[in-house]
Amino acid sequence: MVDLPVDGELVARLRAGDEACFALVLDAWSAGMLRVARAFVSTPDSAAEVVQDAWLAVIEGVDRFEGRSSLKTWVYRILVNIAKRRGLRESRVVPESSLGPTVDPASFQGPGEPHPGHWRQSPAPWPTPEQHILATETRAFLTEAINRLPERQRAVLVLRDVSGYEAEEVCSILEITAANQRVLLHRARAFVRGELARHYADTEVTT
Amino acid sequence: MNCDEFVELVTAFLEGALSPDDERRMTEHLAECDGCTTYLGQFRSTVDALRQLDEPRLAGATRESLLTAFRDKHV
Repeated sequence: MVDLPVDGELVARLRAGDEACFALVLDAWSAGMLRVARAFVSTPDSAAEVVQDAWLAVIEGVDRFEGRSSLKTWVYRILVNIAKRRGLRESRVVPESSLGPTVDPASFQGPGEPHPGHWRQSPAPWPTPEQHILATETRAFLTEAINRLPERQRAVLVLRDVSGYEAEEVCSILEITAANQRVLLHRARAFVRGELARHYADTEVTT
Repeated sequence: MNCDEFVELVTAFLEGALSPDDERRMTEHLAECDGCTTYLGQFRSTVDALRQLDEPRLAGATRESLLTAFRDKHV
């Protein structure tokens, strides 16, 4: 990937109408933005429209950027605002985040058993793929699992684990606290791990 | 530490966000528990798998229309 100029220079060039510079940020950030948008709206097409609207707002508004956050964080906040509004309009039905344990309590021994709170049975081992490359069906399954997450968990998981942002960046983009970010990330990861376990258990039977 | 407590602290453990005391309890528990060692490994594999998902791309036409919008703004 091409290194982008530092923020100050980037902003100056965008304000001056440097099209090559705009193409550079457009290509560097759009993939991540599509993922984030997808966390809020119901179809890939809606996500593409959200990203397009966000870029149009950036083109219009870059003169008003005050440099209180990084340019990228500013762009992402615009994106998240548009995506949220759009998500509400589509009134996507999002399951409520439960506050219970992230692993089925039935996996652990109860009070009357020899080791209360310990695994009843160790988690079943997963197949180790020969290369560290995901099978196509596992990829599709993962995408499905992400889509079933509640909105805020999905947004955090997508930003942290799929797009590879640091915790601080995610807090800043979504305007949430570090503790909240960690709780949402943990619940989302535990859910996806559980779904993958189910997926591997199913494919074991058939192969 | 019990396994049902361990599984709730895995992300905090991986992020280095635990108190020194909890971190020590997690490590001691891992040394003695195969189930939680497996769980931690699968948690890590899950995160690694997520990193391998495909990059979505902006459609060529959308990209072109945005470049045009940028140009129009600056004529």
